[in-house]
Amino acid sequence: MNLFRRMMNIWQGLGRPSRHFSLATLTIGGFVAGIIFWGGFNTVLEATNTEAFCISCHEMRNNAFEELRTTVHYSNRSGVRATCPDCHVPHNWTDKIARKMQASKEVWGKVFGTINTRKKFEAMRLTLAQNEWARLKANDSLECRNCHNYEYMDITAQSARAANSHQRLLGTGEKTCIDCHKGIAHHLPDMTGVEGWN
Amino acid sequence: MCSQNYSRLRMISHGLAAGLFALAIMMTSSLSFAEDNIATLRTFDLTQQPTPPDMPKPSFTELREVRNYPEQPPVIPHKIRGYRIDLNSNKCMSCHSRKAVGLSQAPMVSVTHFMNRVGQVLSDVTAQRYFCHQCHVPQLSVSPLVENMFIDADDLSSGQ
Repeated sequence: MNLFRRMMNIWQGLGRPSRHFSLATLTIGGFVAGIIFWGGFNTVLEATNTEAFCISCHEMRNNAFEELRTTVHYSNRSGVRATCPDCHVPHNWTDKIARKMQASKEVWGKVFGTINTRKKFEAMRLTLAQNEWARLKANDSLECRNCHNYEYMDITAQSARAANSHQRLLGTGEKTCIDCHKGIAHHLPDMTGVEGWN
Repeated sequence: MCSQNYSRLRMISHGLAAGLFALAIMMTSSLSFAEDNIATLRTFDLTQQPTPPDMPKPSFTELREVRNYPEQPPVIPHKIRGYRIDLNSNKCMSCHSRKAVGLSQAPMVSVTHFMNRVGQVLSDVTAQRYFCHQCHVPQLSVSPLVENMFIDADDLSSGQ
């Protein structure tokens, strides 16, 4: 009961004007503290949004990252490289925070070793891939389009096969990137029963 | 009895070793004699490490290529980088399978590929034909390393 009364006192105190600190101290101090808090928050957020952070766990380094290394998104003639967050974390702030909250499930997986061996990873591969396919399907392959914008494509510079497919299927909105471009960065799971892979 | 047998075996093996050694000397001498006459693709000495030629660029016409004989597996006229064929997936079949050609407009895999080794027709491509690259390959613009004596059957019959 005593504790409750003390807490009520603090709560009521918050509603009263300050007795010891000037208005300037409170406003400027609050402003500075806000900058420090926000800066710190974003710095940590950005630190978790790097390839180095992703592959600091062996689960990603030995599986997903190792598979990426041979693909065109990692090694190519022009030296442009897509890192993990470029494709797997939305760039828009609110979407990014939502994805980061979802990632707490991945921390759980790390702690309890859900995919801590190659065998476990292979067993989970279809589930993990389906998560990403569903996400990219739902946002119309937004992470692909951050770099590959259909409006900016020079169709004439593409091969006849690509130009035809892009105009016929992507341009009309009938399909989205991930519908055809599955497994471009990582090995595929068993594709039996997956649409378009019969 | 046992040791007698063993010593005989040793004698035989010694004799065999000596014989093989003599044979080896004879062969190397004959090899050095015939060195100039052996057809080889190696144009440098074994002890040298020459600079390999530049990697040739694949040539993709994106059009169907003429086959040199009716049974020739059609060559792949398009890029196939990263197209994996493994236990989990077959990227080629995501366009060339019976059901995929409607969307992809790619040529369907030949009906002969649906037949197993005893000629029984299956509903899907037989496991023997699963690995496309065993027969179907992209082309490189390079000059052949050895002369090709192949003559098209039509040219042969028309006497050209």
